[in-house]
Amino acid sequence: MSWEAVVGLEVHVQLKTRTKMFCRCANGFGGGENTQTCPVCLGFPGALPVANRTALEWTVKLGLALGCEIAERAVFARKHYPYPDLPKGYQISQYDLPSCINGKVLVPTADGDHEIEIVRAHLEEDAAKNTHVGGGTGRIGGASTTLVDFNRGGTPLVEIVTGPDIHSSEEARRFLQLLRQTVVELGISDAEMEKGQLRVDANVSVRPAGSSELRTRCELKNMNSFRFVAQGIDAEVARQIALYESGEEVVQETYDFDAATGALTARRSKEEADDYRYFPEPDLVPIEPSAELVERLRGELPESPAARIRRLEAELDLDRAVVLVTGGLDALWQATVAAGAKSVPAANVIANRLAGADVGAVSPGELAKLVEARDRIPRTALDEALGSVTQPGFSAAPYLEQEAVSDTAELAPIVERILDANPGQVAAYRGGKEGLLGFFVGQVMKETGGTANARAVSELVREKLQ
Amino acid sequence: MIDTLRLTAEEALGLLERKEVSGAELHRAYLDAVAERDPELNCYLRTVDEPAGDNVPIALKDVISTEGVETTAGSKILEGYVPVFDATVAARCKAAGLPLLGKTNTDEFAMGSSTENSAYGPTHNPWSPGRVPGGSGGGTAAAVSAGLAPWGLGSDTGGSIKQPSALCGNVGLRPTYGTVSRYGVVAFASSLDQVGPVAKNVRDCARLYSIIAGRDPADSTTVDVPDVELPDRESLKGLRIGVPKEMNEAEGIEPGVTAAVQKAIELARELGAKVGECELPRSVEYGLPCYYLIAPAEASSNLARYDGVRYGLRVEAGSYDTMVERTRDAGFGDEPKRRIMLGAYALSAGYYEAYYGQAQKVRTVIVREHAAAFERFDLLVSPTSPTVAFELGAKTADPLAMYLSDLLTIPSCMAGLPGLNVPCGLSDGLPVGLQLIGPQLSENTLFRAGHALERAIGFDPVPERLR
Repeated sequence: MSWEAVVGLEVHVQLKTRTKMFCRCANGFGGGENTQTCPVCLGFPGALPVANRTALEWTVKLGLALGCEIAERAVFARKHYPYPDLPKGYQISQYDLPSCINGKVLVPTADGDHEIEIVRAHLEEDAAKNTHVGGGTGRIGGASTTLVDFNRGGTPLVEIVTGPDIHSSEEARRFLQLLRQTVVELGISDAEMEKGQLRVDANVSVRPAGSSELRTRCELKNMNSFRFVAQGIDAEVARQIALYESGEEVVQETYDFDAATGALTARRSKEEADDYRYFPEPDLVPIEPSAELVERLRGELPESPAARIRRLEAELDLDRAVVLVTGGLDALWQATVAAGAKSVPAANVIANRLAGADVGAVSPGELAKLVEARDRIPRTALDEALGSVTQPGFSAAPYLEQEAVSDTAELAPIVERILDANPGQVAAYRGGKEGLLGFFVGQVMKETGGTANARAVSELVREKLQ
Repeated sequence: MIDTLRLTAEEALGLLERKEVSGAELHRAYLDAVAERDPELNCYLRTVDEPAGDNVPIALKDVISTEGVETTAGSKILEGYVPVFDATVAARCKAAGLPLLGKTNTDEFAMGSSTENSAYGPTHNPWSPGRVPGGSGGGTAAAVSAGLAPWGLGSDTGGSIKQPSALCGNVGLRPTYGTVSRYGVVAFASSLDQVGPVAKNVRDCARLYSIIAGRDPADSTTVDVPDVELPDRESLKGLRIGVPKEMNEAEGIEPGVTAAVQKAIELARELGAKVGECELPRSVEYGLPCYYLIAPAEASSNLARYDGVRYGLRVEAGSYDTMVERTRDAGFGDEPKRRIMLGAYALSAGYYEAYYGQAQKVRTVIVREHAAAFERFDLLVSPTSPTVAFELGAKTADPLAMYLSDLLTIPSCMAGLPGLNVPCGLSDGLPVGLQLIGPQLSENTLFRAGHALERAIGFDPVPERLR
């Protein structure tokens, strides 16, 4: 039997507001432990929360970007559970009346757009950070001491819940890339997973392909990169399929993903189900955003990453479009093409060489010149130029003056020397392994210290091996 | 020699303005009175020796956070807790120059109607020390009555200002919900808690209300408040007063209480008020049971923070869970434990709709029923407490009997409405309180009516045995 994965995600995004969700303490990394605290976020007697207006607006903005309906009336509730990272004994969180509901995100794929339902996006406060010392389990049970840093406590957190519409780890990764890019472009979060600014839990089940049933699901936690999310989903899907195929059942359970081993460890089952005793937070008033505010925020939305991917696809293939858009590189690409560079080479240079760079500082005109000259100038010159293209006042001119060696008379002896030195590879190439062309070109480039014209070398090698 | 037993806050202000006494002398006079009479009464949990401010001094109920001054809410679990910040009301008193006399006794977390639930021993009624001063704000009420403070602040959830004021012969206002900041006030039931003034007369009460009332950016539930008018007229001409049948004829109202209240209603008529009967059937029948779902539910949540981790009592143990359990077991008295259990049950999955959810729906009914009455009347009147001060220990073994003390104060609290207690006579030598209830933000009307009635009644607020 073939099986289909059914995955829903719960994504927590920390908002980078200047102050915390319910008090005016600085939000974000700062001084030493417990320095960004006050009576409110420490839960002192009598201290009261006051909602952060910016966080409320950003939540609405995110909801609109995810195609959600914005609730005319959203209500914060108290969610109770006892833990030292929760100073009030309850977390303030939207519950049955969240700010954003019924949205959808389109994930562009090779066989059309996949629609993923956004069940809800709601605002809550983050818990403080516990460090369990001793005991070796990383949990409070067995620890000799638990240290609590309340700096993180009260950080605004939006939880985005998808429907069970994701059917592969790859689709999950694509959705998350789009979501991350969306919040980054809205300017509401830096969404860095290693800093915990974006956290993902996955609810995973499987079903016979073609069926529409929803079987018992398991929750995966602690996957702090998109790669680990994909690995975790794959591992859990395989585990569930193996269980069903051996005639066993899946038991609802929560698993922690261990990045070091790739293994899933079940959390100790609780004796009783959680009862959070939710009720509307009486210290806060309902949130009733005006229609004007919602429309103003809607007007401020940038074009969505998914729409831009579809637009870029007109000139590029899907994969390149995805890489450019989810890497925040597509604006530079467009400007560089507009400045005269060809689409695909510009995409390759930007995606391969400028990912993660401060692309806002790059002059598209100068970059376009480099892209167009990439085969003509020595590789060393190109590397050097791309390495300093983000510097203020960068000019391509000095690099463009350099010429790569394309004189056949000069290159031929080197090519022959390389072919002679690698008889095994030569035989393999002639036997059909044409991918080895790159190997020979690389050897020649190495030999010439990067000054040879790669295209000329490539033609020469092919000629000699015919 | 300052006679703190008789001195009103307004008179004290006159002495200060005419420089007949200094702020420090006035403060000292009250502390001397405390030294003399409080060993018997136990109004104060602690006093403050150094006055900060030159104005009329004030007593604050110990649920109000005071920077640098221990604040326990009458509970062992907060023993030794010294706030690092002032409650907004404490800060407003400070800004007005009112030096703190001390922190007054209260039922633990303001849960009670007799101040017998304080972890620090009961307060005694200055009119008859074998009797309770009411609660939960028995400390403030008894202190004002016994001349141990010219005025003070209490907090009222279901009657904790009005009922002790009635039993001690003071004027006490529970303001409209949202007019006075709750920031820094140890929370009992957030949707019901309100801070309010207790004083010897209505003008003092209005003056103190004007100091503490007003929108506070730190409390989202506060609203803008109309300017307070100090009452000076003695006529009630044009005022329409409703007498809710159920609240004046309820089972358990003592005949002496009914008699004093009827007399006050008669006086109101003589002063020009139009008096008519009205009905609040569902408010009276369901007010108390719904209150005892909503208040404990919110209390169970508000008291969740007392876990021994950050402040107050901690009973050490080998694990976090055991530490929290032992701390809460040792730190909370019976009444908070009872209400935490009731409240957690009312909020738990599967019971929420039947209990907390249903009670909130009934609360809407109570709001509407009062609103309908206020279409015909400017104010409603009833006894504040069904009884005069009862003997210490008389109801401690029977929580339900104790809860009934608030039968008449609770309905308007549930509707978020302001209520004023004005003493209206004695029954068996003990004060009887008249409750005036108005629509939202009608404090000026309450003050006007209360002032006129107070003049006409001529009640002497000094306990007979201390005269």
